[in-house]
Amino acid sequence: MVAMPALDQDVLARRAAVVAALSAIVPGEGVIDTETGMRPYESDGLTAYRQLPMVVVLPETVEQVSQILKYCYEQNIKVVPRGAGTSLSGGALPLGDGVLLGLSKFNRVLDIDYENRAVVAQPGVTNLGISNAVSDRGFYYAPDPSSQIACTIGGNVAENSGGVHCLKYGMTTNNILGVEMVLITGEIVRIGGKFLDSGGYDLLALICGSEGLLGVVTEVTVRILKKPETARALLVGFPTSEAAGDCVAKIIGAGIIPGGMEMMDRPAIMAAEAFVHAGYPLDVEALLIVELDGPEAEVNQLLESVSKIAEACGSSTLRVSTSEKERLKFWAGRKAAFPAVGRLAPDYYCMDGTIPRRRLPDVLTRIRELSEKYGLQVANVFHAGDGNLHPLILYDANKADELDRAEKFGSDILRYCVEVGGVLTGEHGVGVEKRDLMPTMFNEIDLAQQQRVKCAFDDRGLLNPGKVFPTLHRCAELGRMHVKGGKVPFPELPRF
Amino acid sequence: MTGTITPRDEKDIVEAVTAAASREQTMEIVGHGTKAGIGRASQTEITLDLSQIKGISLYEPDELILSAKGGTPVAEIEKLLADNNQELSFEPMDFDALLNVQAGRGTLAGMIAANLSGPRRIKAGAVRDYALGVNAVSGRGEIFKSGGRVVKNVTGYDLSKFVAGSWGTLAVMTDLTIKVLPASEDAATVLVLGLDAAKAREAMSAAMGSSCEVSAAAHLPERAAAKITGTAAAKAGRALTALRLEGIPVSIAYRKAKLEELLKSFGRLGALDRSETLSFWRAVRDVLPFADKTQRAVWRISTAPTEGPKVGAAITAATGAEVFYDWGGGLVWAEMPGLLPEENAIREALGGAGHATLMRADPTMRASAAPFEPLDAGLAALIQRVKVSFDPKGILNPGRMYAGV
Ligand SMILES: Cc1cc2nc3c(=O)[nH]c(=O)nc-3n(C[C@H](O)[C@H](O)[C@H](O)COP(=O)(O)OP(=O)(O)OC[C@H]3O[C@@H](n4cnc5c(N)ncnc54)[C@H](O)[C@@H]3O)c2cc1C
Repeated sequence: MVAMPALDQDVLARRAAVVAALSAIVPGEGVIDTETGMRPYESDGLTAYRQLPMVVVLPETVEQVSQILKYCYEQNIKVVPRGAGTSLSGGALPLGDGVLLGLSKFNRVLDIDYENRAVVAQPGVTNLGISNAVSDRGFYYAPDPSSQIACTIGGNVAENSGGVHCLKYGMTTNNILGVEMVLITGEIVRIGGKFLDSGGYDLLALICGSEGLLGVVTEVTVRILKKPETARALLVGFPTSEAAGDCVAKIIGAGIIPGGMEMMDRPAIMAAEAFVHAGYPLDVEALLIVELDGPEAEVNQLLESVSKIAEACGSSTLRVSTSEKERLKFWAGRKAAFPAVGRLAPDYYCMDGTIPRRRLPDVLTRIRELSEKYGLQVANVFHAGDGNLHPLILYDANKADELDRAEKFGSDILRYCVEVGGVLTGEHGVGVEKRDLMPTMFNEIDLAQQQRVKCAFDDRGLLNPGKVFPTLHRCAELGRMHVKGGKVPFPELPRF
Repeated sequence: MTGTITPRDEKDIVEAVTAAASREQTMEIVGHGTKAGIGRASQTEITLDLSQIKGISLYEPDELILSAKGGTPVAEIEKLLADNNQELSFEPMDFDALLNVQAGRGTLAGMIAANLSGPRRIKAGAVRDYALGVNAVSGRGEIFKSGGRVVKNVTGYDLSKFVAGSWGTLAVMTDLTIKVLPASEDAATVLVLGLDAAKAREAMSAAMGSSCEVSAAAHLPERAAAKITGTAAAKAGRALTALRLEGIPVSIAYRKAKLEELLKSFGRLGALDRSETLSFWRAVRDVLPFADKTQRAVWRISTAPTEGPKVGAAITAATGAEVFYDWGGGLVWAEMPGLLPEENAIREALGGAGHATLMRADPTMRASAAPFEPLDAGLAALIQRVKVSFDPKGILNPGRMYAGV
C-alpha cells in the first residue's frame, strides 16, 4: 500500500475550532463531522484505499469555496477536492488531517448557448448531465467516460478524462473552453470563456489533468457538438490479438479515424458475454468493435473499407450492426466490461497504461506471464485506436496478500508499458495509485519542474498533497534546488 | 558572452543557458525568425539560434505520431506528411506575406511556441492539442521532459501543451512529439454571397450547429473578398461567407446539398471546387487580404462567435479599420488604416471578452502597444509565478509577452 503524508497533529488538535469555522462559512447541513456522516466519503473508485477525512464541507457558492480555502490556507490545513468520487487512482482519497471539499452542490447547468456551441456548467454537474441538457436539440458533449452517469465535469477536468470516442473527438482538455477556479489563497481566477484559446499562457492545459492539486474548479465552459447523423458498429473477431492489432493499424493507415475502436481479449469477451449476452463470438482470441459515424453515405462506404481490411487481416467473424438497437447491443458488452469482469472475483483492480499500439502482442504476452507469476487472473480491454490498455486484475481482498499481489502485478504491467515506450496512465490519473511509479517515467529534474509549477499555484502544498508526486518538497527548497545528473541533492528528504 | 550562439545539440543549449543564467544575461530564442516581429520588442544580450537543432527522428503514420527536433523546418514535416497522406490538422499559417518577410514556414518549436492555428481550428483544435511530448531546457539550464510518444496520456501535468503559446519565455524546446492525422481526400466550399457580418455570423452559426461537419467558416466583407484573387468567387464583387467541407467525396456531396438547403434562405449561394477551395482557405489562413506590403497595424482577436461582428463593427467605427472574420465569426482580423496600433480602441471594442494580439506593427510603433491581451492582477501574478518556476532569473525571451514575464 502507498503511504500518505504524516498527520499534522497540531491541526488535528484544533479540529473543533476548524469545524466551527467551516460551519460559520457554510451554515446548515454543509459541514459533516460525524463518523457515520463522513463514511460515504472515505474512499473513491480505488476502493482498496480508505481514510476518513478530518471533516467534510459541502459549499454551495464560489464565495464559500473561496472563504474555505482562504481559511485553510491561513490555518495551514490540507484540502482534498471531490466530485463524485469515481476516480480510479485515489485522487479524491481523503486525508485524515484534511478538509474534504465536496462539490456535489454545484449541480446546475448555468448557460446553454447553441449559437456559440458552448455550455457553462457548475463542476458538480455529471458528464452525462451536460449531454442530456442539450440532447433535445441534437447536441452532445463528446468525451464520454464509462462512468459518465456518475462522474462530474469538475472531476473530468481534474483527471482530463477520456472515453471510447476520444480517438476522434479528443479528451477533456481538447473540449474545454474555460474555467473559473479558486486558488488555495481564496483568490478566484477566470481562464478562457466562450472563445478559443487563451490569451497569455495556456493555463487550461495545466489545469486539465492537475488532479485537484492546483485549485478548485467552480465553473466549466465546454464545447458541445452536433450529434452525427448515423453511427454503425462492426463487431470483428480474430484468432489472435496480433491480427486484431494489425487490423487497427491498417484502418488508421488507410486514413480512417473511427468514432470508436475498442478491443477485448478472450477473458474479457467471455465475462462480458456471460453478463449482458451481447452476442459476442466465443471462439475468438480478440474482438474489435469499430464504430463509424457521420452521414449515412460516408458510414456505408467506410464500413465497406473497414470490412475489407478486417478480412485481409484474417478476421474469423464479422458483423455489422443493422439497427440502432444492435449497435447499442454491440457496445453493451464493452461498456459493461468492468462490472462483468467484476463478477468473476470479489474484487478487481483496473490498470490504465498507454502503449505504442504495435507493441500490444508483447505487452499481452508479458501480462499473461505475470498473471501466472502472481497467480491472479486478468482480463484486458483496450482503447485500441489510441493504445490505452485497461488490464483488469482479479483478486479477493479477504485473502491474505492478494491485494498486495494485485498491486505488484499492476505495477509490473505499468513498468512494462513505460519500457516499451508508453506511459503510466492514459486517462485515470496518477493519484495515490501510481504516485510511487512516477520515477519510472520521469527523473528527479522532470518531477522537480512539475512540482515548481505546483508551487506557483499552491506555495504551501496544501491542495491534495500525497497525490501524484512521490516526494514532498518544500517550495522554497525547490526554488533553490539544483539537480545534477538526475540526482537530487537531498537524498535524505522524506519519501513517503 | 554576447552575440549569437548556434548550438549543435542539447548539450550546447544546456551550456549556453546555464552560462547565461549564472551571469544573468538575457537570451532571445530564435528558430527561423518568422515571427520575430510579433510580441514586445526586446533587447537581449544573447541570441540563441536553434535552426541547427533539427531532424525528424520518428514518424509512425499508423500510430499518428511524429517526433522531431525543435529547429526542424515545418516545411520538411509538411512534405513528409503529405507524402503519406497526412497533415498538421490545425493548419499553421505562413507568415511571410503578412509580415513582409521571406522566412519560409518556420520551425516546429516556433510553431508550437506561438500556438497560432488556422481556419480548421474550429473543428480540429489548436496547435497545442497536437503537442504530445516535449524535451526542453528550462531557464535553470536543466533538461526536463513531459508527456510521451503516445496520443493518450495523463501522467503528470501536461507541460507539453503548456509550453505551447508561451513564446519561448519558459523553456527552450529541443525535441517534440506531435500528433498527426490523415489528410482529407477531398474538399469543397459553399459560399453565401452579399451578407453583412451580423447575418453572416448567423449563417455560420447555423452551419456549425448542423451535422454538416463544417471544417472552416469565414466571412470576408466586400473589400477583403476582392483582395483574394484567383477565385471566381472573388470576382463576384460581393461579400463572401464561406463554409468548407472536407472528407470523402460521397460524404462531401451529401453534406454540400444539405448545407445549401440550410443556407439558401440567407442569400445567393455559390461554390468553390477543390482547387479553388485550397487556394481560398490558404488565403484566409495566411491573412492575404492584409498582405499589402505595408506595416499597417494588424490585430488578431479571438472572441465568442456571436461577439465577433460586434467587436469588428466597433473597431471599424472607432478607427476606420478593415476587418474580416474566421472561426465562424470568433476570430476577427483587423487592419488599421495607418501604422498606429490604436490599442485602446481594440481593447475597448473587445471589452475583455476574449483576447487580441498585435500581429503586425511598424518597428517604430511597436513599443506603443501591449501586443498581448492584458491580464487582470490575479492572473498576471499567477503567470509571473509560473514563469519564475521555469526561469527564475528571467533570462528566456524576457518581456516578449508581458513586462517581467
Ligand atoms: C466504472 C468506472 C468507469 C470509468 N471509466 C472511465 C473512462 O472510461 N474514462 C476515464 O477517463 N475515466 C473513467 N473512470 C474514472 C473516473 O470516472 C474519472 O476519473 C472521473 O473524471 C472522475 O470524476 P469524479 O467527479 O468522480 O471525480 P472524483 O473522483 O471525485 O475526483 C477525481 C479527482 O479530481 C479532483 N477534483 C474533483 N472535482 C474537482 C474540482 N471541482 N476542482 C478541482 N479538483 C477536483 C479530486 O481531488 C480528485 O483528484 C471510471 C471510473 C469508474 C468507477
